[in-house]
Amino acid sequence: MGVKVKLRNPDRLLEISGPRTVTALLNQLEVVSEGVLVIRDATLLTRDERLGPDDEIEIRPVLSGGSHPAGDGR
Amino acid sequence: MRCKVCRGHAVVDIRRHNAAFCPDHFVDHVTSQVAKALKEFKMATVEDRLLIAVSGGKDSLAVWDVLMNLGYDTTAFYLDLGIGGYSARSKEAAVAFAGSRGGKLITRSLREEHGFTVPELSTLTRRVPCSGCGLNKRYEFNRAALEEGFDVLVTGHNLDDEVATLFGNVLGWNTQMLGRQRPVLQERIVGAGDSRAFVKKIKPLVRIAERETAAYALIRGIDYIVEECPMVEGNTQHRYKEALTLLEEASPGTKHRMYFGFLKNASDRFAEDRGSAELIPCTDCGAPTVASGAHGVEKLMCSFCKTKALAHARRAERTNDSVHGAEQR
Ligand code: SF4
Ligand SMILES: [Zn+2]
Ligand SMILES: [Zn+2]
Repeated sequence: MGVKVKLRNPDRLLEISGPRTVTALLNQLEVVSEGVLVIRDATLLTRDERLGPDDEIEIRPVLSGGSHPAGDGR
Repeated sequence: MRCKVCRGHAVVDIRRHNAAFCPDHFVDHVTSQVAKALKEFKMATVEDRLLIAVSGGKDSLAVWDVLMNLGYDTTAFYLDLGIGGYSARSKEAAVAFAGSRGGKLITRSLREEHGFTVPELSTLTRRVPCSGCGLNKRYEFNRAALEEGFDVLVTGHNLDDEVATLFGNVLGWNTQMLGRQRPVLQERIVGAGDSRAFVKKIKPLVRIAERETAAYALIRGIDYIVEECPMVEGNTQHRYKEALTLLEEASPGTKHRMYFGFLKNASDRFAEDRGSAELIPCTDCGAPTVASGAHGVEKLMCSFCKTKALAHARRAERTNDSVHGAEQR
């Protein structure tokens, strides 16, 4: 049993065992925390938040691309 | 972590401010940062009619939401770029948000206005999609604002957008763009007359990092489109953002220092590179274009009309070729 993690763009699911906090999870996945939001049950988590073994977590990237005439990268 | 204001459970931490916030106080924080930018850079007053360029993404919907809450007179504008299912879904997000907040939304479609979509334009002109896309959007946003009598055009550019653009302009020492990179671009007049050529443009989210606009959208229940435009691949702007985010991670506040340091200490040094060439009306559409360096009638067309003419000419060539080919068979 581990933390179920949903990654976006492209969408995929992983199961990670061991991480006890958001920061530990991001480190394990080598994700830069400034570039993502971490979400559990539609609620945002701060970096020090503790994770339970069966949590379902979404890691949502926030940096968009594009030449940005309107912001949003669009 | 605890909220800096009420000591309740925090959901967002902002390392460069050394602060964390509960949902309500985070919304207050973003709202006050936007209000501060509006005031500091004299962006708009509550008497102004604001047109907000929305894409269905988090930043443009967030800036619209904040401005509505601050009591500004807002209308949003959505331009359908014709990028397959992505455009369809982003339009849905914009329409749904407008509906849920009772906001006014104007929609136009590139194909209906000019006869091509962004992917078609890219194929016809043999240029990367983002270049034609950017040209189209700048042109259409300005045209819509002028035609519909708006005082100010609002875009959802955030701190990450601005610092990535600045970084790119510094890497290439593009002094003209450095001279123009401001949170406010004043309106410009065409020729000697008094008709407006370029509407005033403002970027109220310059004090808000992209991670914060995403958090704001989520907390406010804004159902924005998370999916990226399929044409974005290999985009340099995105690489700059990633590089700067690595620096930010190691040293919080880096982005803010670079951008606001530029505005305070360096921007004016590029003032004379801004280019204040006289504007003349495009011979085709009447939109403003730069008068200097024009030779021949053809050159007096604005870059949008030139690109449009090229696309239509190439399409006609193709149709002729295929008609010809069919006749020969
Ligand atoms: S990624 Fe490029 S083509 Fe897609 S919306 Fe943004 S600027 Fe346009
Ligand atoms: Zn609070
Ligand atoms: Zn023109």
